[in-house]
Amino acid sequence: MDFLRPTTWAEALAAKADQPEAVPLQGGTDVMVEINFAVRRPPALLDLTRVAELREWSVGGGECRIGAGVPYRVVVEELGGVVPGLAQAARTVGSPQIRNRGTVGGNLGAASPAGDSHPPLLAAGAVIEVESRDGGVRTIPAAEFYLGVKRSALRPDELIRAVRVPSAPGPQYFSKVGTRNAMVIAVCSFAVALDPARRRVGTGIGSAAPTPRRAEEAEDLMARELDWDGPTLDPALVERFGRLCARAAAPIDDVRGTAAYRLRALDVMARRTLTWAWNDHRGRRAA
Amino acid sequence: MRVTFTVNGREESADGVWEGESLLYVLRERLGLPGSKNACEQGECGSCTVYLDGEPVCSCLVAAGQAEGRRVRTVEGLAEGDRLDPVQEAFVECGAVQCGFCTPGLLVQAHDLLERLPDPSDAEIREALAGNLCRCTGYEKILDAVRLAATKKGAAG
Repeated sequence: MDFLRPTTWAEALAAKADQPEAVPLQGGTDVMVEINFAVRRPPALLDLTRVAELREWSVGGGECRIGAGVPYRVVVEELGGVVPGLAQAARTVGSPQIRNRGTVGGNLGAASPAGDSHPPLLAAGAVIEVESRDGGVRTIPAAEFYLGVKRSALRPDELIRAVRVPSAPGPQYFSKVGTRNAMVIAVCSFAVALDPARRRVGTGIGSAAPTPRRAEEAEDLMARELDWDGPTLDPALVERFGRLCARAAAPIDDVRGTAAYRLRALDVMARRTLTWAWNDHRGRRAA
Repeated sequence: MRVTFTVNGREESADGVWEGESLLYVLRERLGLPGSKNACEQGECGSCTVYLDGEPVCSCLVAAGQAEGRRVRTVEGLAEGDRLDPVQEAFVECGAVQCGFCTPGLLVQAHDLLERLPDPSDAEIREALAGNLCRCTGYEKILDAVRLAATKKGAAG
């Protein structure tokens, strides 16, 4: 096995182009588990923790750009105001030790359907910035990034450089079901993002289909029928929203939960997070 | 490959390190520092917690090569000579140790908590220790120990 240690982004891209089978390594919270358990023996590890620019984040032009090496701890501590949905999800990842190492970039690279970052990225309409030495930069909308269980639109010679999330134009919430309040892989999860100016409700479903996905019919329903200026949130509309969010999922029975449980939990989480977000929206409107 | 980094203030090197090897393995098997414990090897239990460049991490999930040139502080580096750190003293005084396997990770994690938050609430203690599992049912004593350590450090500071 080779251990590649680029110190610049250009070196990293060159290494990946020359050795596309090299596995990128950031916090190691997924990759090292597979190596420790001999599930994976890649011909090379590509350590990206020395590429300083990947650890940078910035806010400007209506979006927050988060380098692929920014750990969850930083998302939680510094980005809660600008990308609250993602920050809430980051807050539920593992433990403090894991949040010190794990990254949103790594979550995207692993592309697990249970990854906590994915639902808020989908709900907020994030784009993933990827690059290769020979192909240059591409931006991939989160909704087009996840292709299958642990498969993404990333090409073999590409690396994830950053994720760009619109600065939250309205309230955002994330909810996750697990057996504990820490250290759990989601049984299922859900994110909602309100965009009052565009009259849009974004959604993201985690751990209840082969890939993270949006609940598009539920989003369309809200675009058609939500009265953004009304005094209350119509309970019948909330019920239909919950049902359509659950219907968008395609869960299976597995060790963490049954398909039936996941559908029920998604219905509940969708109604709950929408109500929380609506209450914030109403509060801001009044303020 | 050869890996060189600072451990508890001293520069150490290990030769013949396999590229997929963890920092935990290098510490325990190559550098003679068995304080950090090897249990789950998947970041679930926290018993391998060490400081890496000042941040607590699960050393089982750090590739040895990622530690190259960096600073590592293990449980062996908490005491100053024969003088235990207040966190260690508090664990002894409160009986927060049963089999002892989770103890090194808890000590490092609790040490970090008190460096950042000298007077943590119970909720903050629980949150900080959420990734450290004790299977001897010792959590109450551990919470007592962290509270006592905070008091000791406050009195000393």
